[in-house]
Amino acid sequence: MKRILVSLALVVCLLAACTPAATPLPPTSVPPTAVPPTAAPAARTLTVFAAASLTGSFGDIGKAFEAANPGVTVKFNFAGSQVLRTQIEQGAAADVFASADHKNMDPLVKENLVAAGYQDFATNLLTVILPPKNPANVQSLQDLAKPGLKLVLEDPSVPAGNYSRQILAKMSQDPTYGAVYSPTVLSNVVSNETDVKAVVTKVDSGEADAGIVYVTDAIAAPDLKTIPIPANFNVIAQYPIAPLTKAPNADLAAAFVAYVQSADGQTVMKKWGFSPAKP
Amino acid sequence: MPSLALIGLIGLPLLALVWRSADRDFFAYVLSANSLSALRLSLLTSFMSVALALALGTPLAYLLAHWTFPGKTLCDLVVDLPVVLPPAVAGIALLMAFGRVGVFGAELNAFGVSLPFTTPAVVLAQTFVAAPFLVRSAKIGFAAIDPQQQEAARLEGASEWQVFRFIMFPLAGRAVLTGVVLAWTRSLGEFGATLLFAGNLQGTTQTLPLAIYMGFEQDPKIALVLSVMLLAVSLVFLALLRQLEREN
Repeated sequence: MKRILVSLALVVCLLAACTPAATPLPPTSVPPTAVPPTAAPAARTLTVFAAASLTGSFGDIGKAFEAANPGVTVKFNFAGSQVLRTQIEQGAAADVFASADHKNMDPLVKENLVAAGYQDFATNLLTVILPPKNPANVQSLQDLAKPGLKLVLEDPSVPAGNYSRQILAKMSQDPTYGAVYSPTVLSNVVSNETDVKAVVTKVDSGEADAGIVYVTDAIAAPDLKTIPIPANFNVIAQYPIAPLTKAPNADLAAAFVAYVQSADGQTVMKKWGFSPAKP
Repeated sequence: MPSLALIGLIGLPLLALVWRSADRDFFAYVLSANSLSALRLSLLTSFMSVALALALGTPLAYLLAHWTFPGKTLCDLVVDLPVVLPPAVAGIALLMAFGRVGVFGAELNAFGVSLPFTTPAVVLAQTFVAAPFLVRSAKIGFAAIDPQQQEAARLEGASEWQVFRFIMFPLAGRAVLTGVVLAWTRSLGEFGATLLFAGNLQGTTQTLPLAIYMGFEQDPKIALVLSVMLLAVSLVFLALLRQLEREN
């Protein structure tokens, strides 16, 4: 009896240990929900992998695209661009990939998963965010170097994490902040999150004292206090978009990419705080 | 046929893992600062969680096995819950309770204690999910002891402590040890609660499972090597468990 119970406990233990965390999985092609009775186009699903910072804007664009293309459902997989790139490399069946940097798009070009000559559809800037109550009383960028400050950044492998560290390095080269600024601020980092939205959550809830995310993320969470980063230190994040060469719905994928770059798509991006792509 | 399918489901991915990771750079990755830091942190925190579970859980298991008291059913339920609770839920719950702005956050701050983003938070998260395995196993062990032996000892003049130390603990020892192994394995594998409650920082809170997840996003090779390391440690524990069962 004891042996059976112990074995059972072991199975439960293994199962519990194997329970995945909130890992974004590539959505499987869901069969269409309802086919209209009239002679309407067959229901199809378009799968779009998009950077976490595009959650709000692409949500709107998805709805607009569905309205303009009856029978089409757009399914999104929002995560850090590095997660999405890895999933695509490992064979995830996506139609479109929108990344927050070129660094996660270029390897896909090399592996012939994306055609060369992709285009940017938007740019973004970064900003420092603070909890609504600002518990650490951060008033300036200099305060980020305060000892004991709990700063949350994205992991260096995340586009925003890379951009943030570039900004800190730039500031260190300026005599106003000095060479010790970047290392001191980085020593205040208490956690490297997997995407910008996780940083927003930790700062918004007050668990962290400060974070660095995109300007658009701050707009999407208006409760947050912000400290703008001057243009000479800021980094312009370039967002490329491309259909995948192995896309199951190649025509829809191309149409979606075109829509994002169209006047309607660009209006939505602007509404969410993005800037147009640099020519 | 179904048994073959299950064995295949479990065995093949593990074989593939070892197969794909084996190459010249394997030991270079294993000995890298990041891997060693994650391994050291995993072993340290899991050891501490199990020690904590043992110290606090063994008396609790004894109580649950032999005493009746008001609220015992509720107590049983609470102790068993983390076994079936998704780890992410555990992480959020811990944050809501012990986060800086959590229900008990203010009280903790008054003592100068801030848990999130610290190594103790990792230990706490692991104890939360793993201690129930130890308590359940130990409880079964204690319950299996013949009460007549305890009565006989008491009649001969033994104190409660002596009864515990010389009769209960040795007889229930194997069950407790099994519980230790189960709890240790669960602590080592803990991911969701750790990521949400403690955070992810190399050297402080990035245990092996977290390093595997982050590594996968940079270079799947790193994740492969770290996974094999964790697999090796798990196999050692499994062998231990098998040995204990055989001695039973």
